[in-house]
Amino acid sequence: MIKYILRRILYALPLLMGVNILSFILFFVVNSPDDMARMQLGQKHVTEQAVQNWKHQHGYDLPLLWNDRASSNKKMTETIFYQKSIGLFLLDFGVSDSGRNISEDIKQRMWPSLSIALPSLIVGLLVNISVALMMVLFRNSYLEFSSIVLCVILMSISSLFYIIGGQFFIGKLLKLVPISGYDTGFSAIKFLILPIVISVISGIGSGARWYRTLFLEEVEKDYVRTARAKGLTETQVLFKHVLKNAMIPILTGVVVVLPLLFMGSLIMESFFSIPGLGSYTIDAINSQDFAIVRAMVFLGSVLYIFGLILTDISYTIVDPRVRLS
Amino acid sequence: MRIVFLIIFNLLLSSCDLSQLNNPYSEADPNLSILYSSFSERPKRLDPATSYSTSENSFLAQIYEPPYQYSYLKRPYQLEPLSAKKLPVINYFNAQDVLLSGNFSANKIAYSEYIIEIKQGIKFQLHPAFIEANRHLSSDQIEKLTQLNDFTEQGTRELIAEDYVYQIKRLADPKVQSPIAEFMKEYIVGFGEFSQEVKDKKKIEIKSTPLSGVTVLSRYKYKIRIKGKYPQFKFWLAMNFFAPMPWEANEFYQQKGLGDKNISLNWYPIGTGPFFLEENNPNQRIVLTKNPNYHETFYPSEGEQVDKEKGLLKDAGRKLPFIDKVIYILEKETIPYWSKFLQGFYDASGISSDSFDQAVQFSASGNAQLTETMQDQGIRLQTSISTSIFYMGFNMLDPVIGGDSEHARKLRLAISIALDYEEYISIFMNGRGIPAQGVLPPEIFGNLEKKEGMNQYVYNWKNNNYQRKSIEKAEQLMTEAGYKSGVDPKTGEALVLYFDTTSVGAGARAMMNWYRKQFEKIGIKLVIRPTDYNRFQDKIRDGSGQIFTWGWNADYPDPENFFFLLYGPNGKVKFKGENAVNYQNSKFDQLFEQMRSMDDTEQRSQIIQQMQEIIRHDVPWVFGYHPKRFALYHQWFENIKPSFMAHKELKYLRIDATSREQKREQWNQAVFWPLIAALVLFILVLIPAINAFKKRSRKTVQ
Amino acid sequence: MIILWTDTLIYLLVIAISLAIFFIGKQPQMRRPIKKIGASKTGMISLVVLIFFVIIGLLDSVHFKSTESRTHEIISLLDYWAKPLREQGEKTYSAPFSTQLYSKETMTADDGTTQWGYPRLKFGGAHLQNPEAEWKMDVFTKALIGFGKGAGLFALLFIFFWITLHKNHEHFFANPTSKAVWFVLFTLISKTYMLIDLSMYYHVFGTDKVGEDVFYQAIKSIRTGLVIGSLTTMIMLPLAIVFGIMAGFFRGWVDDVIQYIYTTLNSIPSVLLIAASILMVQVYMSNHAEDFNSLIVRSDMRLLFLCLILGVTSWTGLCRMLRAETLKLREMEYVQAAQALGVRRGAILIRHILPNVMHIVLISVVLDFSGLVLAEAVLSYINIGVDPTTYSWGNMINGARLEMARDPVVWWSLLASFIFMFSLVLAANLFADTVRNAFDPRRAD
Repeated sequence: MIKYILRRILYALPLLMGVNILSFILFFVVNSPDDMARMQLGQKHVTEQAVQNWKHQHGYDLPLLWNDRASSNKKMTETIFYQKSIGLFLLDFGVSDSGRNISEDIKQRMWPSLSIALPSLIVGLLVNISVALMMVLFRNSYLEFSSIVLCVILMSISSLFYIIGGQFFIGKLLKLVPISGYDTGFSAIKFLILPIVISVISGIGSGARWYRTLFLEEVEKDYVRTARAKGLTETQVLFKHVLKNAMIPILTGVVVVLPLLFMGSLIMESFFSIPGLGSYTIDAINSQDFAIVRAMVFLGSVLYIFGLILTDISYTIVDPRVRLS
Repeated sequence: MRIVFLIIFNLLLSSCDLSQLNNPYSEADPNLSILYSSFSERPKRLDPATSYSTSENSFLAQIYEPPYQYSYLKRPYQLEPLSAKKLPVINYFNAQDVLLSGNFSANKIAYSEYIIEIKQGIKFQLHPAFIEANRHLSSDQIEKLTQLNDFTEQGTRELIAEDYVYQIKRLADPKVQSPIAEFMKEYIVGFGEFSQEVKDKKKIEIKSTPLSGVTVLSRYKYKIRIKGKYPQFKFWLAMNFFAPMPWEANEFYQQKGLGDKNISLNWYPIGTGPFFLEENNPNQRIVLTKNPNYHETFYPSEGEQVDKEKGLLKDAGRKLPFIDKVIYILEKETIPYWSKFLQGFYDASGISSDSFDQAVQFSASGNAQLTETMQDQGIRLQTSISTSIFYMGFNMLDPVIGGDSEHARKLRLAISIALDYEEYISIFMNGRGIPAQGVLPPEIFGNLEKKEGMNQYVYNWKNNNYQRKSIEKAEQLMTEAGYKSGVDPKTGEALVLYFDTTSVGAGARAMMNWYRKQFEKIGIKLVIRPTDYNRFQDKIRDGSGQIFTWGWNADYPDPENFFFLLYGPNGKVKFKGENAVNYQNSKFDQLFEQMRSMDDTEQRSQIIQQMQEIIRHDVPWVFGYHPKRFALYHQWFENIKPSFMAHKELKYLRIDATSREQKREQWNQAVFWPLIAALVLFILVLIPAINAFKKRSRKTVQ
Repeated sequence: MIILWTDTLIYLLVIAISLAIFFIGKQPQMRRPIKKIGASKTGMISLVVLIFFVIIGLLDSVHFKSTESRTHEIISLLDYWAKPLREQGEKTYSAPFSTQLYSKETMTADDGTTQWGYPRLKFGGAHLQNPEAEWKMDVFTKALIGFGKGAGLFALLFIFFWITLHKNHEHFFANPTSKAVWFVLFTLISKTYMLIDLSMYYHVFGTDKVGEDVFYQAIKSIRTGLVIGSLTTMIMLPLAIVFGIMAGFFRGWVDDVIQYIYTTLNSIPSVLLIAASILMVQVYMSNHAEDFNSLIVRSDMRLLFLCLILGVTSWTGLCRMLRAETLKLREMEYVQAAQALGVRRGAILIRHILPNVMHIVLISVVLDFSGLVLAEAVLSYINIGVDPTTYSWGNMINGARLEMARDPVVWWSLLASFIFMFSLVLAANLFADTVRNAFDPRRAD
């Protein structure tokens, strides 16, 4: 097991390297260091000297990938790419182009992101599973049929409509919650209710349908028939057997996304002005703060890979037949 | 389930009264008068030497105090002492360094000296940097810190002339990267040399290095020496760049490891102003708190004629500031801001164009007034014309549209007439602006009103008002320019012009369509090239753009600050200056040189008129418009007067917190019945289903 | 005639789809699922709706230079026919079917007196003398007439088909599915005709901030939605199929490399990838400004690039599925046998593997379509979607959400985009369900 994990981590290194190179190339094809300097220095009275100074101070006055003028063993290291990459692998993200320490910012903004994403996931899971169970329980009735139709309808509505509508009705007309914003501690709850409700509702359509198929597959299996033949009622069958067995694919599916929850939700956060990592990323894109963007890309891929490893491990835990090799 | 109950319980606790479930604030101390405001972009640097953006300025101006400020109530803008005792004493010297006195012509002046005397007894805000021990922390101590408030010991000291000189040295230090350093090098004696000298020295060493043009005369007096005559320099002294900075700040903040924790001068300023920065969390909120050490300042007792009627003089002579705390909240979108303003959670608001006709209507005579719903809420409106201009520039280096030839000039003039900016203002700005007649906005010296200030090339004077010349006139000009009904003789097709813009987003398409239609009126096909900001800048820098729109916000209220945008030696392509259209006219340049060093006299006004005439004739710009700012504020908010120069207004403002609390309660009654109705409906739907299921399961059992 | 980049690809796509239908129809193992789709009521109804959308999209993909205006704009067939909609703009907001502007203004009468009130629209209901009295009746009669014309057209069509087909293909008219299809066709045609007729006199969905007809915007957005949904899949399919099958079949280092590529791509948040490439296009276009003279060419290029990059970010999912499936297939007896007999690998891939993974490809294509249409809206919100000058539902929503803060609310832009987007996505989702039910071997009954 430990050996397996170690190998996966080693395997992650070239992946991260690839991600790093890709993000580096993508952003430097469009943005020269000069552009970045001008972006940060503002509009008025920007002279060539000021641009040079900025580049020097932020370490962008080196060649991009290959330094011809440096001595032989420094040809690779005396470059922007090397200098800016080496920190990433040590998870030290350095200072953003606008001058703030990125790691500090990430540490701070992680919590708002999590406080939306985690409840949304858990509540969403509970709601989706119960809706799906209900559909299976009432199968072949008008209730199932209308629920399926409702699911498809819910699925076909753009998430933007949910957000705009939710903000308009619940925040503005009914005045039940603040329209947007965030606070620390327990007072954050009133800001979080609406985004969570919205993300749960917008996820019901596809989520409930997916779980329904999982349950239906399970229901048709032989052991369920046996259980029913034993004289168990329909509810007992569902809760004792079907739910238990269907939980395996559900949970392993959840494990994959768990680490990525840190990254936050781009749209939700910027609509509700919640200072999480999602809105952090969007802001960075809009202000072309390359250091932050690269840090977030890197963090995202680390978390993604972490999620993959977690899934593998969770398979071995729920299903002893699976062995990692 | 228990968790759900816990959450509900907590929710009930945190908002005991159900009337304000939507209150976004948790602290509710009725005794404090707290102003709620917002910021949409996180401030990048709150260092007075480097910050040059309006959004940052709204914080900095409350924290730092330069020697001078603009009078809060008087218009046109007037300088008055702030931390200085009186306006600067200016002495002139000739090339031999002899003091000039009596009558002398301006061209004899080789140097000018500004002597500034500051008030005694002003103290800095409390700050850990003033405690000796805090400036020599061990790495262990730094390791434990997370924010500036972790320092228990804070100190202060008296403000002295040395602090002002120190700040000017910081401006010169290349490591600080002040945006005005290159600019000041041209004016302040010894500035450039000083930059060279300290280039490789440590930041703190600038204290002991002398700057020849800026010297301390006594504990409360210092002197700045300027090359030539530069009357506009006094306006610079009202900007944050020249605010005092204690040397302790540098020594404190340069300690290794503090920067990694975001504890730096960029994030935690040290000033003498009416407020100090209590909390700086650019991810969420920024809090300014009343500075207990603030020196005695009083509300002005004089102002414009109308100020008394508006009740702006009620607080005359009272000690400033009135507000205890200002909380700025990160708010990126205009819609939530607007909704919260209407609910009473923000005290003042601008008006986005989408909610404009909800708030404002124009009376028959064309005056803006609030709609009835707004008036019922007790909201008040204030309008003012900004000291800025938005124009459409023609790149004068372009072979088609630029150059001195009569053809190109007529083409430009035709476009000037065809571009109906009155319509632009009414469509895209809801009438919040006035069409520009020349380079200068109103309230700037040299701008003439009414008929005298009309651009006679584009407008006619009719019915006591400006009237744009007819489109036939423009078509005629097109014919004279060689493009009969817009056809380019070279291609035989419609003349194609290129318009570079950075505007993207929801409103952009309509605006671009509008521009296209305007050009189409005289048969020109306008190709719009949307680019990102960097590419746009590139194009302007290398002169490959053709038509673009740009704006200029005045640094200080002086005509020089507008005309220099067209001064030949400021050409963007050749000299990397601010003359983005690369306009070059020797007569204009000569007049400019003459005008800029003059005091505000009748003669100066005449020269300005000549310059306006040259520009109107040559048409390097289509004079667009001067935006008008509309501000709404609630009834409990007092003493607002918009100012476009230094933003020091915060200390004058007053808030009636009790009245606000009442109104908020009244306006924010939560509506529950739809929720309950939805729940009931849901249960009703469920009941028959459950019945059916019960029936069925009974059947299977049987 | 002018052919834009996306136009070319759309034509290619149409040809490819027709060929595919032709060949698939011939294959015996595909007959059963196709029959199943044909028998499904929801499937056929949604297919009709989809085809209706596609026709509008195709009309909007035939571009030529307008000879009417002096500037020789590039317009499409749809624009040509919708000329009144395109050119009859108002000054600013007006509500659906309204005859006056949405906000009060000072009006100057002919005699010079000024008055404070709602000005009449320039086009909407301009034919009415006395709007208050006539308006309701007029809208009603116009709607009725339009509906009648549409019904007449449908009747003609129906009679034509009935005469030519009813003898040999009675099932086209008799069974319940075809009845439903005819009914849907009837509603679609008559409603469309009604809307067209009404929109000659009124702004059916009101006008936006600068007075542009919202109905026109919503119709123009159809093409954008379809292009994003279909071209993206077209771009991702070859990548996914080739890489997926190769990885599964060859294993070894090929598998490693392909897995490496898709894990790398997958682990980069796709929003960042899209943002970077959109920036790249913009840079490219400003460096080659002379090639992109017209606005429509520019926005077309950006649309194409958006499809490209969406394709690049979304092929990984299908690729992984295909790889897994191929791994399974390659252990099957008939593949093993073919290998033992020395059949060339390429032949095995094309003859044995590819046809047997086609159902996965088909299902994922129809499933992805609606997701991509929805994604466009979200991307436009963060300004990395289609060009702001392109008509798209995302841009409409983006503009309209600002209008929700107004009081009284301007709801029609949002409603129009909602209705159109919702019906397209709903039809696509329902059709996808049918296709999945028909092709999924586990659901065969």
